[in-house]
Amino acid sequence: MSSTDISINKDVHHAHEEHDHHHDQNFFEKYVFSLDHKVIAKQFLFMGIFWAFVGGFLSILFRLQLGWPEATFTFLEPILGGWIENGKLNPEFYLALVTMHGTIMVFFVLTAGLSGTFSNFLIPLQLGARDMASGFMNMLSFWIFFLSSVVMFISLFLETGPAAGGWTVYPPLSALPEAIQGSGDGMSMWLVAMALFIVSQLLGGVNYITTIINLRTRGMSMTKMPLTIWAFFLTAILGLLAFPVLFSAALLLIFDRSFGTSFFLSDIFIAGQALSNTGGSPILFQHLFWFLGHPEVYIVIMPAMGLVSEVIATNSRKPIFGYRAMIGSLIGISVLSFVVWAHHMFVTGMNPFLGSVFMFLTLIIAVPSAVKVFNWIATLWRGNIRFTTAMMYAIGFVSLFISGGLTGIILGNSALDIQLHDTYFVVAHFHLVMGAAAFFGMFCGVYHWFPKMFGRMLDEKLGFVHFWLTFISVYLVFMPMHYIGIAGFPRRYYNWTGFETFNIFTDMNTFISIAAILGFTAQFIFLFNFIYSIFKGRRATENPWHSNTLEWTTPVLPGHGNWPGPLPTVYRWPYDYSKPGAAEDYIPQTVPYSQTQSSNLPNERDFE
Amino acid sequence: MANFPIEDQNSRTGVHPLKFSLWLIIISIIMMFAAFTSAYIVRREEGNWLEFNLPNILLINTFIIVLSSVSMQLAHNAAKHNNMGKLKLMLLITLGLGTAFLVGQWYGWADLVQNNIYFGGTGSNPSGSFLYVLTGVHGFHLVTGLIFVLIVFMSSLKFKIHSKNMLRIQLCTVYWHFLGGLWLYLYIFLRINH
Repeated sequence: MSSTDISINKDVHHAHEEHDHHHDQNFFEKYVFSLDHKVIAKQFLFMGIFWAFVGGFLSILFRLQLGWPEATFTFLEPILGGWIENGKLNPEFYLALVTMHGTIMVFFVLTAGLSGTFSNFLIPLQLGARDMASGFMNMLSFWIFFLSSVVMFISLFLETGPAAGGWTVYPPLSALPEAIQGSGDGMSMWLVAMALFIVSQLLGGVNYITTIINLRTRGMSMTKMPLTIWAFFLTAILGLLAFPVLFSAALLLIFDRSFGTSFFLSDIFIAGQALSNTGGSPILFQHLFWFLGHPEVYIVIMPAMGLVSEVIATNSRKPIFGYRAMIGSLIGISVLSFVVWAHHMFVTGMNPFLGSVFMFLTLIIAVPSAVKVFNWIATLWRGNIRFTTAMMYAIGFVSLFISGGLTGIILGNSALDIQLHDTYFVVAHFHLVMGAAAFFGMFCGVYHWFPKMFGRMLDEKLGFVHFWLTFISVYLVFMPMHYIGIAGFPRRYYNWTGFETFNIFTDMNTFISIAAILGFTAQFIFLFNFIYSIFKGRRATENPWHSNTLEWTTPVLPGHGNWPGPLPTVYRWPYDYSKPGAAEDYIPQTVPYSQTQSSNLPNERDFE
Repeated sequence: MANFPIEDQNSRTGVHPLKFSLWLIIISIIMMFAAFTSAYIVRREEGNWLEFNLPNILLINTFIIVLSSVSMQLAHNAAKHNNMGKLKLMLLITLGLGTAFLVGQWYGWADLVQNNIYFGGTGSNPSGSFLYVLTGVHGFHLVTGLIFVLIVFMSSLKFKIHSKNMLRIQLCTVYWHFLGGLWLYLYIFLRINH
């Protein structure tokens, strides 16, 4: 805020004068290479939304193929060009679509878009910190993610297509460009993009953990933190431990592809020709991949759980049921997530005894998950529920988490998995429990914290329409998939009309595709609402939801440093809603017990 | 420009946030090598594993890196006692020993190639490739460590490191000890599994 800074920045001002709103930072410092966690959070959010539309669009393309296998798609030629041959989608491009849909959604939207947005935005605000521990590392985290996004996006337009070996990129398919077009340059770019992505996630995660441990404001003990922060904290720890392992696997795969090593390759014949690679083990890759891959699904779902806990408590006007049990179950899920990876590999010829150990550990995850679901429902129970859009998404999250979680018990069983492995049953399971559910958590977060991000409200009527269309179409898409999965319908198949067994599912696949198109179209309502409300939405107050946590004690649009005056002091936990005897139905964390004598419980009298 | 330095904020653990971040980064590097070495063990159990002798120079390198850790610690202590001459000398010795270690690793690779143990290509076996990967990735991190020591050395020339300004050299010392310890682990691991 000093005059010297202004004069330093003058020489960088040119050409962007029109964007400068008379602030003492220039356009680049304020909006592009910003060190402010709130701006970085919005950057992650915009990138996440962009990637979500790309990923969703890819899924519509392959749903067209699955829903109408006999149709001609010449109308797609303007977009897909050479990938439409004689009105038919190129089968290898179909595989690329599936691969990129998975990669984009899991990593770029639900990891970077979700954690990146809400961890960055909420950690300093809800802890009472001025900013992240290292603003520079935070900025670096976003821009490395941006670089990774650019590489991944360019790979979509390669002549040989993007990576096509599935989002799990199992070798030898992904290691041999001779095997499939998508394992050529597309796969190289996939690996480069993912390596950059991992670096970005590690930089972000280190920052989140350091901030939560070190920069809590006065009075904010670990057990006074909102559950959102607990979720982000454990998510970051999972990322810190799991992503380096994926990095190792990717590095070895890069060596196999480009330097002639044989970590994952052995005794392979292509077109009658033996490759020179001997001694590698493709199963080794699966172990390394899933050691990341399984924690990764919790990296996706846990931030959503945190957001949902907060929104449900606020909008039920009730304290969260079982605060410590919620923390305990998050910790339980985090620990268990590292010892269940082999349940993705039941049919790789694994020792059945080992299989039963992993089955046992996997099924234990049902316990902390059930604790969480029980607590959410118990929080809703007899609450003064306000059905804001965020609240509906939170309840939708719980619904999807239950329906998707139940099939997890079936899939976690190593005997049943023999039938269900790699069928649409798996697709239905993980889309409900981690895909759609995490999306619902993300929407819940966007609708709830939009006022603090942009100082304006999202339109609730449009939000209502958006919610119901999304909620209905999600179930219409994924429920039928369970049936075709049980019938043995395999995933990733381009065409199944040639199989007598699966012919009867033509109508059901068409139905799923129509529902998917409906769901995707509904997202444009959100997009319109989002962009419109940033500029023209109803102006928000400081605390529109009458919420307790610290971010609502900041000005409507908090500046750099978050609180204009001194940092707030915390006196109580964040869930004092509808406390008997209190004047209002919420008591913010910054209100000392001495001011609320009428509502203090006997054990709180000591703090007065 | 309201840029709040970390020092203005209250750190709850008494540890400087950057130091805390460094420990977290170290944990992520440990996880990476844990992945490599466990992959090594799993792969070795599966058979078709070429056994060969480790280059002898690796033992010499191990001594060199242990010595460099000692000189780094001495540099740290010198800074604490404001002994500028000794600080610069010890940082230089650390830089020299670190470089010597890297050169020694390079000779180790040359030794492997002479014994027909190749990184990739026809006739290479994962057992050899793993050795190259472990030493190579460790070497890469050692280069980053050397750059860090160089930065600290540069700022010591400008008298920016003394008993009242220890953060930078503290971070550097922690990181350098970690790299030495990591190599010790890798060397013992390779000795046991050969």
